[in-house]
Amino acid sequence: MSRFVDRRPNGRHKSAVNRQRFMRRFKKQIQEAVREAISGRSIKEVDESGEKITIPAKDISEPTFSYGEGGVRNIILPGNKDFIPGDLIRRPSHGGGRGGSQASNSAQEGMDDFVFEISKEEFLDLFFEDLALPNLVKTQVAKIPSFKSVRAGFTQDGTPANINVIRSLKDAIGRRMALSAPKKKEIEALEKELDTLLEISKDSPRINEIREKISVLKKKIENIPFIDPFDLKYNYRVRRPMPTTQAVMFCLMDVSGSMDEAKKDIAKRFFILLYLFLSRTYESVEVVFIRHHTSAKEVDEEEFFYSRETGGTVVSSALELMKEVMVARYPTSDWNIYAAQASDGDNWNNDSPRCKDILINDILPFVQYFAYVEIMPRHHQSLWEAYITVKEQCPQFAMQNIEDVKDIYPVFRELFKRQEISSG
Amino acid sequence: MPKRKDHIISRSSEWTYELLLRYDKEISRIAESYKLDTYPNQIEIINAEQMLDAYSSVGMPLGYSHWSFGKQFLNVEKSYKRGYMGLAYELVINSNPCIAYLMEENTLTMQALVIAHACYGHNSFFKGNYLFKTWTSPDSIIDYLVFAKNYVAQCEELYGIDTVEEILDACHALMNHGVDRYKRPNKISLQEEKARQAKRAEYLQTLVNELWRTLPSKKNREQAEEETRFPEEPQENILYFVEKHAPLLEPWQRELVRIVRKMAQYFYPQRQTKVMNEGWATFWHYTIINQLFDEGLVNNDFMMEFLHNHTNVIYQPPFESQFYSGLNPYTLGFTMFCDIRRICENPTEEDQKWFPDIAGSNWVETLDFAMRNFKDESFIAQFLSPKVIRDLKLFSILDDENREDLEVTFIHDDDGYRNVRQLLSENYNLGNQEPDIQVFNVDRKGDRSLTLRYTQRNHRPLSDSTQEVLKHLYTLWGFPVKLEMLSEDGKVQLLYQCPPKKEGQESSN
Repeated sequence: MSRFVDRRPNGRHKSAVNRQRFMRRFKKQIQEAVREAISGRSIKEVDESGEKITIPAKDISEPTFSYGEGGVRNIILPGNKDFIPGDLIRRPSHGGGRGGSQASNSAQEGMDDFVFEISKEEFLDLFFEDLALPNLVKTQVAKIPSFKSVRAGFTQDGTPANINVIRSLKDAIGRRMALSAPKKKEIEALEKELDTLLEISKDSPRINEIREKISVLKKKIENIPFIDPFDLKYNYRVRRPMPTTQAVMFCLMDVSGSMDEAKKDIAKRFFILLYLFLSRTYESVEVVFIRHHTSAKEVDEEEFFYSRETGGTVVSSALELMKEVMVARYPTSDWNIYAAQASDGDNWNNDSPRCKDILINDILPFVQYFAYVEIMPRHHQSLWEAYITVKEQCPQFAMQNIEDVKDIYPVFRELFKRQEISSG
Repeated sequence: MPKRKDHIISRSSEWTYELLLRYDKEISRIAESYKLDTYPNQIEIINAEQMLDAYSSVGMPLGYSHWSFGKQFLNVEKSYKRGYMGLAYELVINSNPCIAYLMEENTLTMQALVIAHACYGHNSFFKGNYLFKTWTSPDSIIDYLVFAKNYVAQCEELYGIDTVEEILDACHALMNHGVDRYKRPNKISLQEEKARQAKRAEYLQTLVNELWRTLPSKKNREQAEEETRFPEEPQENILYFVEKHAPLLEPWQRELVRIVRKMAQYFYPQRQTKVMNEGWATFWHYTIINQLFDEGLVNNDFMMEFLHNHTNVIYQPPFESQFYSGLNPYTLGFTMFCDIRRICENPTEEDQKWFPDIAGSNWVETLDFAMRNFKDESFIAQFLSPKVIRDLKLFSILDDENREDLEVTFIHDDDGYRNVRQLLSENYNLGNQEPDIQVFNVDRKGDRSLTLRYTQRNHRPLSDSTQEVLKHLYTLWGFPVKLEMLSEDGKVQLLYQCPPKKEGQESSN
């Protein structure tokens, strides 16, 4: 008698570990493929899908001792139609129709490159790894809950900022009334007695005695504090997870002649990282691309990354434009504003102080975060110097000199840290 | 068995446990009437995803972890998702009890077909065929797999995934040359395996130490060459030789070699009996389901679906078709078993001449005899009849690289039958499919190099991956590895060595 077992509820994904082993083994090739994919995707598409990965056949083959082509072979084939012994057949060209009786599928597939797909999550993981993101941050970028404080009644302690004045004063009045009530009654009684005494005789020693008593009592009432720590009531707030609504991200990039493809690629990753971070925090993220050389222009992503310009560089033009766009379309009451600027550091010398002024006065007060990367291994120029003074004054400003994609993350360190504190 | 009318088991194509049990009961009854001797069945219902998993671990439910299985998984998953390939309806494991997987997506008819095919066809083949009886231990295989999986995992923990992977990769490359073709292995259980593993590690190491006790010294070199070779006789099982004699392997590495070798050995009978095994199972599902129909237990709809699937399974595209990928083992095996039955029941004059021993004999006994005592190579040599050659229109082609054209040598005519049969049988000899490469010598007194010898036949060259395999062998052996070729004219020539010599060393091929 056979035994039937239903295995469907358990033991799925037994090959998951083997799949991981595979990914581990071919990490280099997979990472390379991911890198290529990143440069081919638009910023907003980065986290939308997985990716098809191709690994060269020679890297993935599992060699065995086997025969090569050639020598003498006897092949048995089915389906003879009109051959008779002695017939000669033109040797088929390589690859086509050459089938021994044992031609196996695996051997044929082995000739091709190995193609497989990775999931969206795996794709992002690899992207983050490329950027050397610390694990903590990875999970945050992957999922950041945002919170909103909501009133939930009153509490006895808290910070002065949260004192509820009306409630506290009401309590104070109550306390004062409660504490003074018996004394007031006593005073009332004494005053009555005094009135009676005064009618009978004005010289009674008792009169002064009573007057004294009344004034002591009145003093006592006066001494009851107007407000006591006991009276203080604070607003009580609980943190309720809330999706923050919307954010706008400004991408500013120098597209003058000195920014080559490699630098633009690094810049793109920098923008992608900020975008991923924002898209996890906000329900909707708009991206504004502003490119500049001597004058700035708002463009679409395609033009932003792929069209070339030559000429000098005036960074302030981009900042001016950003300011204008901000004022016109993104009021701070409705929008969380982030900005990322990438440049190779070139600027007209006279322009750098101007940039500093615009940043400090017109931009930084309204943005959540402004990150600047200078993609240039060589010495810094006036823009860097100017920005350093900005950084000293404004905590929401971050800057970093980068030569490699791995240097990008530190720019965001502060940003991630702040998020961590406010959400954790 | 009395014929019953109008006892149709089911009319819908949805399966339920009750129905599966009914079918199993009837199929089992019929199988028994034909004296099919089977292990008890354990039939497991799984979904498509689990079938993918099972597939990629070579059908083994508990394989150790390795990237190559992941590769296999991705491959199967890809073709499955794109719809290039349906999944096998069934997977069966040579164990006791015999574990068979049924996919939940199958219709009731398919489940019945699979039960007949796997649980009674393959199962009885596993239990009866001499190769399986000699080489595999269905009682302990699951335990051994568990042992191997845990052992590999433990090694990975102790020595790192990369180190373990390096050894396993190397062993996999030599897997086909890691089987004993003639010697008989011992059967042991998991407990014994564990207990013996520790002892074995120690003992093996002392053996190796013994072998390498003499330090190499240059003075003795010439003298050494005159000494007897080691091994005295060439060794066909390269992995076994490595396990026992590689000088630098740690005990745990030897155990890994052994695990891979055991797996290779376990699968060896399956590779040698593909045609017979599938033919046998197909013959029995066909015979049993037809009897269900004759007994009135299944209706016409059921049979239509069954025949549709059965015909797909045994379809043989002709050689010039774009779908041709070799002889279909199901077709060849099924046709041959049906033919043997025909020869027994209705022999022609031709059969009397070609198969005097079996013509007119009891077909059940004759089939049983054929199933038990042959492998593909000898099965074809013994039983491939002129009629099957005619039905399949088999013909042979000589492919000689020195000649411009291919030549048709034999076809399905009186002159051709014996030759076609002979050549086809040779094609199924695993020894012919794989190059004959054996351990030939170890330079014990000199540089400790290991020499393999390829005995060439039919002027056939080795493939491009040979050098890669040598690199893997070098990883295991730890000292230089050479591959020389004994040509058909008796000349010996060095083909490859690893690591390669720095000066312009001859490297033919």
